[in-house]
Amino acid sequence: MGESAISLRGAVKRFGDITAVDGLDLEVPTGICFGLLGPNGAGKSTTMRLLTAQALADAGDIEVLGYVLPRESKQARMAMGVVPQLDNLDVELTCRQILTVFARLYRVPAPERGAAVQRALEIANLVPRAETIVRELSGGMRRRLLVARGLIHQPRLVLLDEPTVGLDPQVRQELWSLIDSLRASGVTVLMSTHYIEEAERLADIVAVMSHGRVIAQGTPAELVLAHAGQQVLEVYGPPPELARIDALASERGWSHRRSGPAVAILHAESLNGDLPDGVLRPANLEDAFVALTGELIE
Amino acid sequence: MDRVSAAAGASEPVAAPPRRVHRLEGAALSAVMSRDIAIFGRYWPSTTFSSVVQPTIYLLAFGLGFGAIQSRVNHVDYVQYVATGVVATAVLFSSAFPGMFNTFVRWQFQRTYDAMLATPLDVEELITAETLWISLRAGVYGMAPLLVGILFGLSPSWGMLLVPFIGFITGFGFASFGVVIAAVAKTIDNFNYVTSAVLTPMFLVAGTFFPISTFPPVLRLIAEFNPLYHCVQLVRDAVLGPLGVADIGHLAVLVGFALLMWRLAIVLLGRRLID
Repeated sequence: MGESAISLRGAVKRFGDITAVDGLDLEVPTGICFGLLGPNGAGKSTTMRLLTAQALADAGDIEVLGYVLPRESKQARMAMGVVPQLDNLDVELTCRQILTVFARLYRVPAPERGAAVQRALEIANLVPRAETIVRELSGGMRRRLLVARGLIHQPRLVLLDEPTVGLDPQVRQELWSLIDSLRASGVTVLMSTHYIEEAERLADIVAVMSHGRVIAQGTPAELVLAHAGQQVLEVYGPPPELARIDALASERGWSHRRSGPAVAILHAESLNGDLPDGVLRPANLEDAFVALTGELIE
Repeated sequence: MDRVSAAAGASEPVAAPPRRVHRLEGAALSAVMSRDIAIFGRYWPSTTFSSVVQPTIYLLAFGLGFGAIQSRVNHVDYVQYVATGVVATAVLFSSAFPGMFNTFVRWQFQRTYDAMLATPLDVEELITAETLWISLRAGVYGMAPLLVGILFGLSPSWGMLLVPFIGFITGFGFASFGVVIAAVAKTIDNFNYVTSAVLTPMFLVAGTFFPISTFPPVLRLIAEFNPLYHCVQLVRDAVLGPLGVADIGHLAVLVGFALLMWRLAIVLLGRRLID
């Protein structure tokens, strides 16, 4: 097995006229938390499905944990856990029943199954709810169960597709610490997200996806430095003034973007002379993301 | 060590044992069926109720109603005739409908199949296990009309012990047929077409309630292509005796139908489950 837990080379996936993944190259080193950051429709979920062979690539080579997909996808799935974006829990079963079924699906040997289920209930903080039917759980509990279901067989690799989308801040914090401790224990995590903050906090390496391919990759700090610089100058003003600054920045070739009620001028530390008055602040990943994708999110 | 590190075993590197992966692994089939059993554990009263009450109603309606004007058919008491015929109806209803509805709901609405296919389970195993479970159940429910029939004068016979097997094979075919329909259906409402245009005529043109020898030749020919007709004949010969060479033909049709529908279900639903 190579050093990469996941390797995609020139992966292409089309749905009719739409090319969801368009020549994607991606190497995920073993043991890190890798963030796949991109706006909706960038191809993140399709990439996740390619890795479980629930979508088959039209072109390119894919390897997961040293197994060649799709031929050896079953072996790969044996060693990886998947937490989907959409809740697909069995609403008719109890927490314990769901976890037991998945322990069987993941081939946890019968004598260890009870302990595996118990451990998963503890991870999900659902021990008192073990016999509750899923339909009666709150949204946050369901999401925790969804995560625990994917961890029941102690996978070496975990795929998290938008793990905290639609969750309230408190539940999100809980999941973040869960993901962080997974990484700390040596599990490779591939996480797709369109939340900048999530990628910035959790990911060791971030790949920015747009239109089905990776357009930039590095640690969050590297990405910020390369694409937004050290400092950002935020210029506030009424709309006509902002329009004027916008035009000025374009004319001078300054990298800039609209940021709420302000125009943010990137790489401010390297610009001399006639900068407008504004507030300097450190550049962040969102600046880099917008500079890269040209897209505003949220 | 916190609970998560304890759960994620990478601190003590677990070398994945080199594992040969087979087609149709027993562990995969039993895992999927364990889920069906868990759900059955919750819903068995209603499932069993409908599987028993429905044939009983047919038995009462035809046996008592129709039997009052026609007491003997093909040299047997009408009760014997209809009780054996309704076995096929019971098997059909307890296999084709779950095949259609369970598949569609779990795949499209609950997305259970998506979740399970992210584990070491392939489409062939998933569909085979689901179909196996339905047909095992159908084999058992196929006995219901006989038990009810005994109360109305059907004579018990050793041949009845063959009925669960006949029901299982027939049920496997019709459960797979249901999966095929689910795979090609655009919405769940499409099932109405199949129910009224295929299933209902099918159980009427099967020699269930009246012998097809009274039918015009065209309908008789159609009946020959109806797996349910062969199920009816086989059950009747097994229960009322005697079994003959023709029954090998009936069995062959049922096995052939089951194999064909099974493979078709895997191909068609597979295309829709895997992008």
